[in-house]
Amino acid sequence: MPRDRSTGAGFDPPYEALLEDSVEDLYERAPCGYVSTLPNGTIIKVNETFLAWTGHRRDDLLSRVRLQDLLSAGDRMLYETHIAPLLQMQSQVQVAVDFRRTDGSQLPALINCVLKQNDAGEPVLVRTTVFDATDRRAYERELLRARHAAEASEARARALAQTLQESFIPPTPPEIPGLDVAATYRPAGRGDEVGGDFYDVFETGPNDWVVVLGDVCGKGVEAAKVTALARYTIRTAAMQTRQPSAVLTTLNQALLNQHIDRFLTVVYARVQSNSRGECSVTIASGGHPLPLRATRDGSVDTIGRPGTLLGVLDAPDLHDATVQLAPADVVFFHTDGVTEARRERAFFGDVRTRRLLVSYRTDDAAHIADRIVDEAVDFQAGLPRDDIAVVVLKIPGPPPST
Amino acid sequence: MRNNVMVSGSYDAPAMVFAHGFGCDQHMWRFVTPAFEDTHRIVAFDHVGAGGSDLDAYSRERYGALQGYADDVLQIYRELELTNTIFVGHSVSAMIGILAAISDPDRFAKLILVGPSPRYIDDRDYVGGFRQQDIDALLDSLDSNYFGWSQAIAPVIMGNGDRPELASELSNSFCRTDPEIAKHFAAVTFLSDNRDDLQRLKTPTLILQCAEDALAPRSVGEYVHGQIPDSELVLMTATGHCPNLSAPAETIAAIKAFL
Repeated sequence: MPRDRSTGAGFDPPYEALLEDSVEDLYERAPCGYVSTLPNGTIIKVNETFLAWTGHRRDDLLSRVRLQDLLSAGDRMLYETHIAPLLQMQSQVQVAVDFRRTDGSQLPALINCVLKQNDAGEPVLVRTTVFDATDRRAYERELLRARHAAEASEARARALAQTLQESFIPPTPPEIPGLDVAATYRPAGRGDEVGGDFYDVFETGPNDWVVVLGDVCGKGVEAAKVTALARYTIRTAAMQTRQPSAVLTTLNQALLNQHIDRFLTVVYARVQSNSRGECSVTIASGGHPLPLRATRDGSVDTIGRPGTLLGVLDAPDLHDATVQLAPADVVFFHTDGVTEARRERAFFGDVRTRRLLVSYRTDDAAHIADRIVDEAVDFQAGLPRDDIAVVVLKIPGPPPST
Repeated sequence: MRNNVMVSGSYDAPAMVFAHGFGCDQHMWRFVTPAFEDTHRIVAFDHVGAGGSDLDAYSRERYGALQGYADDVLQIYRELELTNTIFVGHSVSAMIGILAAISDPDRFAKLILVGPSPRYIDDRDYVGGFRQQDIDALLDSLDSNYFGWSQAIAPVIMGNGDRPELASELSNSFCRTDPEIAKHFAAVTFLSDNRDDLQRLKTPTLILQCAEDALAPRSVGEYVHGQIPDSELVLMTATGHCPNLSAPAETIAAIKAFL
C-alpha cells in the first residue's frame, strides 16, 4: 500500500478519491451538463453544472421549461427541423447549439441527446449531455470565416474572369448591314476560368467588313494576355491592309516579337458586299478549322485553304481564297470546341456538324448558331470540356423550295 | 432518379404522395406510411438536395423559389401517371403541394397539410412567429452543423459510392445534405410568402395543427384554414412540429378520418 510521503501515515489516494466521487456528486458536478427531458423537451431533471453554466435556477426549469426554449433563436428552428426529428428517427443526435444564459450571453455548446424507450418501445425520456465548447466553437468560427473569405475571393476571381472574357466576346450581337450575322459562345465547364476563344466583327470601309474567330492555346490569365494582344493587333492591322493573309502575317510577327510561347489559331474573313446584293468572302486561316458553307440546295463544303498556326514560325504558310456567296448561303465559323466535343470516346465530329448545319440552314443565323452549340453542349451532358465559339453569316435569300 | 422516388403499397389503389419538409428526408414518414399501404399506392420522394436525391440536379435558379419544387412534384406525377391523388405535405411541402395543386388541379383529389405556414416572418398584422434576424441565425446554426456531411463521404451521399456501408455509419444521416444546399433551401423556405396562393387552392384540404409548434404556431394554422376555401382544421394534442414522428397514431387517425 502506498504511503503518504510527508508523514508516512496510512493514506490511500484511490480510496480518498472515490469517497469524493459519489454517484450523486458525479451527476451534479460532472464536467458536463446533464439535462433530462420528456420526449417533447420538457425538462424534468438537470445537474448543477448546467445550472452554473447557464445561470438558471432549478425550480425555474423543472416541468416548466422545454430544452429548446433555452436555445438561441436560430437553434430553436434547428431543434424543430433537425434535432427533434432525428431523435425520433435514430434515437440519438449530436449537434452544436448555443444556450442563452440568464445574463443574456450565450454558451456555445456541443450536445448529445439520447432517446430512451420503455419496454413497449415508446419514447419516454431524452438524456442530453452538454459540453462547454466556447473555445472549440470560436476556433470553428475562425475556420468558417476563412472558408467564407475563400469563397468570396473565388467569386471575385470568377467575376474578373467573366469581365475579361466579355471583352473578348462582344456582349452585343454582331451586325453587318444587309447580312444576317449571329454569334454564340459557351465557356468550358462552369465558366470559372477565362477561355482562349475569341471573335470579332468590325467594319474596315464601306461595305467592307471583317469576321474573325480564333482560339488561343490554353486558359487563364496567360492565355488572356495573348487573346487581348491578338484581338487588338488584328483590328489595327486590318486598317492598314485589306488582305487577310497580310493581317495574319502581322499578327504572327507581333506574337513572335512579344516572345510569347503560346500559339493560336485564327480564321480571318473579309466580307464584301455591293448594292446589287452580291457578296464575296475572302478567307485566310492560321491553323484554324476552315469555315463551312451550306448552300440553298443543301450541299456543304469548307471554304478557304488550310494554313499554319500563328506564334511559332517566322514565315507561316498563309493563303487567301475568295468565294462568291449566293442567296441563302450560310457560312459557319467555329472553334474546335464544337467538333472535338466528346462523350466518352465519341467525338461530336465534323460529319455531325455538317449534317446539323444542313438541317438548320433555313433558320436565321441566330438560331443556327444556338442550335448547333446547344447540341454540342448536350452531347457533353451540359458541361463542355472546352470553350465553344461560333459565328454564323447568312446571305439573305428565299428558302429552298422543298 | 432525381427525386429518389419510392413506390410501395397497393399498386391499383389511389395514390398517396408523401412530401417531407425542410431538414430531413422521406424517412420522416416512416411511422405513417405503413398504415396506408393496404388501401393506397404509397409514393414517397426526396426533394432535390435532400436524402438520396441527385445533388448534381440542384440548381440555385430552379430551386430559388418553391415553385421549382412544385414543378418537380408535377414531373413525378406525370412520370408515374398519377391522378386523383392524396398529397400529404409536411412543413414547407404543404406550400409546395398547394403550388402544385394550383398548377395542375385535376391530379389532386385531396391535400393534407401538416404544420403549414405560408409565411414565417411577421408582416404588419400577420404573425408568422419569426423575424428576419431569426432566419439569419438559423443559417448560422446550419453553418455550425453539417449533419453527417463531409467531402470525404460526398460520393456515398450522391449515391454512386461503392461502399454503401459507409452511409449507415453516418450519424444524422436522415438530415444529411450539402450544407450550402441546406442553407439555400432554408432561405427559400423561411423567406417565402405564399399567402396570396392560399385562396387560389380549390382542392379539399385538411390542416393538421400541433399544439406548441414553434415553427407554425396555431394562429398560422387558423390563418391558413381561413384562407383556403374548402379546408378543415384539426387541432392535435401532439406538440412540436413533427407529429408524423412524435405522434404517428394521432396523425394517422386524423388523416383516416378526413379520407
